[in-house]
Amino acid sequence: MTRTLIDLDRVGMTYQAASGPVEALAGISLDVGTGEFVSLVGPSGCGKSTLLRIIAGLRPATQGTVTVAGRKVDRPIADIGMVFQQPILLKWRSILDNVLLPAELAGKDAGSLKPRAHKLLDMAGLAGFGDRLPRELSGGMQQRVSLCRALLLDPPLLLMDEPFGALDAMTRDDMALELLRIWGERDLGQEARKTVLFVTHSIAEAVFLSDRVVVMSPRPGRVAADLRIDLPRPRTVELRASEAFGRLSLDIFRTLTGRSEASTTQWSA
Amino acid sequence: MTKLSALWRQYAPTIVLFLLLLATWQAAVTFSGIREYLLPSPISVWNALWTGEIAWSQHLWVTTWEIIGAFLMAAGVGVALGVAIAWSPLLANALVPFLVFVNTLPKVAVAPLFLIWMGYGIFPNMLMGALIGFFPVVINTAVGLSQVEADMLDLGRVFNAPKWKIFLKIRIPNALPYILSALKITATAAVVGAIVGEFVASQRGLGYVIVTTQSSMNTSVAFASLIWISIVGLVLYGAVVLLAHLWAPWAEGVD
Repeated sequence: MTRTLIDLDRVGMTYQAASGPVEALAGISLDVGTGEFVSLVGPSGCGKSTLLRIIAGLRPATQGTVTVAGRKVDRPIADIGMVFQQPILLKWRSILDNVLLPAELAGKDAGSLKPRAHKLLDMAGLAGFGDRLPRELSGGMQQRVSLCRALLLDPPLLLMDEPFGALDAMTRDDMALELLRIWGERDLGQEARKTVLFVTHSIAEAVFLSDRVVVMSPRPGRVAADLRIDLPRPRTVELRASEAFGRLSLDIFRTLTGRSEASTTQWSA
Repeated sequence: MTKLSALWRQYAPTIVLFLLLLATWQAAVTFSGIREYLLPSPISVWNALWTGEIAWSQHLWVTTWEIIGAFLMAAGVGVALGVAIAWSPLLANALVPFLVFVNTLPKVAVAPLFLIWMGYGIFPNMLMGALIGFFPVVINTAVGLSQVEADMLDLGRVFNAPKWKIFLKIRIPNALPYILSALKITATAAVVGAIVGEFVASQRGLGYVIVTTQSSMNTSVAFASLIWISIVGLVLYGAVVLLAHLWAPWAEGVD
């Protein structure tokens, strides 16, 4: 068993809405090991994104404790890379300068990180695009830029909030493969890889990418199931057609729909 | 060659219509026998543009300075107030009601007060132009500074970036197209303000020239003055458009 990087102990979140208190998350206990790729799936509004922000220290949990790398999280933690559903690139900056933004925000020397930024862009298949403006790139390319930006300061932890949710289906499948390649499933051992927490609506995406899939219940979000995905790495496109892949997807599907109204909820499988 | 013909196709209708209007105007004046002081002919307006009776260069100079001064003051004060409002909720609460009150005031009505306080001169007329033109800049600056995605601000918080850095690197560039868009309105307002100021109290300037023609019935000079004013206004507007093109080419097609 690997070292624990993220430790959630009975984390809950209640916020005040106009109609009264709303319980978004309740009693979430979860461990994520170093180098693990863990996906969070669950119905809309189950608090997956909120949970990600709580782990980043961007929102305070109202109950329980969050520990990352042995330290209690009570304010934003710097050692993370974040990727959101939208690329949110600064449209007046070149692609290279967008990738370098975290260095500037964190008060580090952006100039010395230029070679690394170029290397990341090369790795993401964006060599030669450094001088372009974001609007000259397609949605998928922009999202790869935002992944490069998240990786610039070499954070041990990547928090990804439905990063491929705004892309079309084919680009989306491509990006999943790209992500695994950049993550280094082929060349790096688990301890050397980045820990990834990946929020998604797509069961297939979660199964394809992850070591573990955590299924969450509708609001208030709880851990409904925690499934280990024992599929061989590196993952290939053919894997999606395998029986094991289908069985795991079905397990997750059943867990999800068993806890909510199956007829009213649609799942992108 | 194709570029030239494309330009021609775009501007030819305007030019043809303009020439047609001028010809109609000239013909109407020539054949109707209308008095020159009621409606001067285009030819006499053209002559008045270059007449030695009026020291055009001097008046043009004064009004141009008033307009530029008004524009720069409105831009400077407008951006500063917009930043103050976006920077601190306390300042926003203090300033906004006051600014709304100033904006609802009919600025023209304040001009006589400026005469009492500051007498004749370029400065009170600059101030009038600035007063008319600053409000859109305040609003657009404040809006542009606050229209930043919540996720982008989270990114800033993750890296523990100080507030001034978020303003400098994210909020202010984001507000630039909004500010430039407001400055186009301000460019026009500065012209109005300078001329209004001259109407109320002045001894020089293009607005002053128009006032004097009322007593002399020299209508062609009034028309000529109007043409000079619109030339100054157009040049300033063009300068702002050019500035927008140079400073925020990435925002083109946004407004």
